[in-house]
Amino acid sequence: MTQKHSFDVIVVGGGGAGLMAALFASQTAKTAVLSKLHPVRSHTGAAQGGIGAALGNLEEDHWEWHAYDTVKGSDYLGDQDAIEFMCQEAIRAVYDLEHFGLPFSRTPDGRIAQRPFGGHTNNATGKPVRRSCYAADRTGHMILQTLYQQCVRRETIFFDEFYVLDLLLENGAVAGVVALELATGELHLFQAKAVIFATGGHGRMWEITSNAYAYTGDGVAVTLRRGIPAEDMEFFQFHPTGIYKLGILITEAVRGEGGVLINDKGERFMEHYAPHIKDLASRDVVSRALHLEMQAGRGIGGQRYVYLDVRPETVNHYAALDGRTRPDGSPYRVTAEEIQAKIPDIIDFCRTYLGVDPVKEPMPVQPTAHYAMGGIPTDINGRVVGDERGTVVPGLYAAGECACVSVHGANRLGTNSLVDLIVFGKAAGQDAARYAAGAGFQPLPADAEDFARQQLEHLRHGAGTERPAEIRREMQRLMFEQVGVFRTQEGLEQAVRQLQDLRARCRQVRVSDQGRAYNYELVNTWELGNLLDLALVTAESALARRESRGAHAREDFPRRDDENWLRHTLARLEGDRVTLSYKPVTITRYQPRERTY
Amino acid sequence: MLTTLKIYRYDPENGGAPHYDTFTLEAQPTDRVLDLLERVRDDHDGTLAFRRSCAHGVCGSDAMRINGRNYLACKVLVKDLGTTEITIEPLLGLPVKKDLVVDMGPFFDHYREVMPYLVNDEEPPEGKERLQTPAERELFDDTTKCILCAACTTSCPVFWANGNYQGPAAIVNAHRFIFDSRDRAAEPRLAVLARQTGVWSCRTAFNCTEACPRDIKVTQAIAEVKRALVRRKPSARR
Ligand SMILES: Cc1cc2nc3c(=O)[nH]c(=O)nc-3n(C[C@H](O)[C@H](O)[C@H](O)COP(=O)(O)OP(=O)(O)OC[C@H]3O[C@@H](n4cnc5c(N)ncnc54)[C@H](O)[C@@H]3O)c2cc1C
Repeated sequence: MTQKHSFDVIVVGGGGAGLMAALFASQTAKTAVLSKLHPVRSHTGAAQGGIGAALGNLEEDHWEWHAYDTVKGSDYLGDQDAIEFMCQEAIRAVYDLEHFGLPFSRTPDGRIAQRPFGGHTNNATGKPVRRSCYAADRTGHMILQTLYQQCVRRETIFFDEFYVLDLLLENGAVAGVVALELATGELHLFQAKAVIFATGGHGRMWEITSNAYAYTGDGVAVTLRRGIPAEDMEFFQFHPTGIYKLGILITEAVRGEGGVLINDKGERFMEHYAPHIKDLASRDVVSRALHLEMQAGRGIGGQRYVYLDVRPETVNHYAALDGRTRPDGSPYRVTAEEIQAKIPDIIDFCRTYLGVDPVKEPMPVQPTAHYAMGGIPTDINGRVVGDERGTVVPGLYAAGECACVSVHGANRLGTNSLVDLIVFGKAAGQDAARYAAGAGFQPLPADAEDFARQQLEHLRHGAGTERPAEIRREMQRLMFEQVGVFRTQEGLEQAVRQLQDLRARCRQVRVSDQGRAYNYELVNTWELGNLLDLALVTAESALARRESRGAHAREDFPRRDDENWLRHTLARLEGDRVTLSYKPVTITRYQPRERTY
Repeated sequence: MLTTLKIYRYDPENGGAPHYDTFTLEAQPTDRVLDLLERVRDDHDGTLAFRRSCAHGVCGSDAMRINGRNYLACKVLVKDLGTTEITIEPLLGLPVKKDLVVDMGPFFDHYREVMPYLVNDEEPPEGKERLQTPAERELFDDTTKCILCAACTTSCPVFWANGNYQGPAAIVNAHRFIFDSRDRAAEPRLAVLARQTGVWSCRTAFNCTEACPRDIKVTQAIAEVKRALVRRKPSARR
């Protein structure tokens, strides 16, 4: 028997965005958080480098500069009203976190410490600015812990290890969600006036990724199936420095602290691609540079990686060449101890997985699939916008990586996702509670959980001619090769064809685990279906966009084309068919210009 | 190299007794034990249950007993074990739900007991941070690293013998706030830790420190909490 529950607000996801939404929604509305992982296992905990805000603790900075950098970083695809709102609110958000207890690293006079990060600049000089507020190299861990601690304090209601399978809409408005309790295999029906999706990203569709196993795009897939479009899915960020083969992220903070990228000839090649800020250019720029270096045979030993070098002698050598100084004007010089203190976790990863000590040896790195700029379309209050005309779906919200506000446009700047979670998680939580106070429950149909139940039964009793692991591996290889850092018409067409084929094969899967309790095989197969849907939408959106912008680099259309393509993609999925439409970008004060670093 | 995994199995639905299944697979010395578990589930036996998410030692999902010692499966490589015979079992001291999945409920109950959150009801400076010097911050830096994976608590012989013992992880999380200059609730927290089920039960076995995948000096944190208890004003003691 399906168990029934009723809440004003349901938050799906217990990461940074979800917990923030819950903390604020629960102040006035009866709220519960459903999460497939225990909240402290969420991927927000993996964020390393920091959260950006123009506090100006170490040098002059202004939120307007942060906004301009974000617009430029987005390759002008970000909506500028939302970006301005976010960068203004970022300052308050960081202080809120500090007041919640977040143990930020500190300056000598006790204020929140800040460091340089890719694409963040002093707009007057064009030089890198210290804007990233950090807690060593585990900022995300501290955000996740701190928010969870506050939830414990306020006795927030959690349904841990509840997997949301479906969204219920009635009369065009939210009615609730259907979830699978992992411990028992039972279905639960949650009636709700408002539902906030905060389910994170979908980087698991690529072979090399920094993303958790859980990054399977569930929120976007669920809403797509219910007729909500997905926005700008062709824009997916490849981070330039993943550990070779493993994909584990080496934060940009390593370059912020003075690390440099080196090719097989021992050259600091970023000088050729971004003469001004070099290794701290935007991620799309650096990832393409790595790709081109490797294509030209300048990967280390001709292989598919380059070196990231943060040995003190290297850092000091290039810092001297760059004329880099400390805030007090003295020359920038570091010791091995200082590096160890600033990036302890990175050093630990390298020792554990590579047997390499980064203060003694350079690290082998390659681009790794990292961040979804695209997702569920929302406005700045987190309300889901269901079409190109801006029509809001009553009661439906999204925040965090699964949402597309859009503040990241075609390419996200480092530190801006954590800002996004905190600012828009809060906005969505507040707005959802306000909405719930004035709205009634939609009636639930008698067959509310039928769709989810049928799909699960299908997986349990399928023809059994296909194995999910095979399909997953093929999808991941295909996406990395054809829908990766560089794309072509031919490759994308091939990707679309093969993805259709993989989706057909996925319908022939039968899971071998016929049990109820903790049936991870069932859940993982369901997730594979979600990834395949999103992969198809990503490839189709990329195929249609005949230009290069931010993270979407077409070899056959190498230039940005503002005349035809300064617009957001909206993709809908009906059966096997993807249909695309477009909506304009909001521009307030920053007119599109050529983007160089 | 050919590697043998001997994995603890328990399925509550089939009413069967716990047993071990053996799988032999080709492994690289640099494979994570988690990679091998994934391959078992993908290619050999889909019914195997274990938790995992980040796969690089920060989410804390996959703490388990590997060759008799607690590790995160994603943070131990085959070559680290020095053998090709690998026995994998669920954490000790927590109820097993299925295969390698344990009930983390009792663990989080102990965590909640120690008020694991900043308490400070003084109005914070408007539009500014509370100040804290790097030296003040350093006092609790180590214990902020905890990822609540339970590797420490479930390696503790005292906890095995008495599940009511708060255990090292709860004490580590209490430490994180007791030594935070911004916090105002050290006293009630210390009162909780002074109970019979609190820090004094620790027998300094050091298992916790060895088990911690984040290299937290757990035993030292416990000792610091004990010292704070001793220093407590007598009037505050009950
Ligand atoms: C290695 C790494 C380093 C990073 N470093 C930085 C950084 O320094 N600065 C920065 O700004 N950004 C960084 N990022 C990006 C940033 O961390 C993420 O974008 C962000 O944390 C996502 O937060 P979220 O709340 O949207 O999702 P998450 O924290 O991933 O939470 C998603 C939640 O949704 C739940 N969920 C998912 N699907 C379901 C379902 N079907 N049913 C129920 N629950 C579900 C999960 O259980 C989880 O609780 C980094 C990312 C990675 C991978």
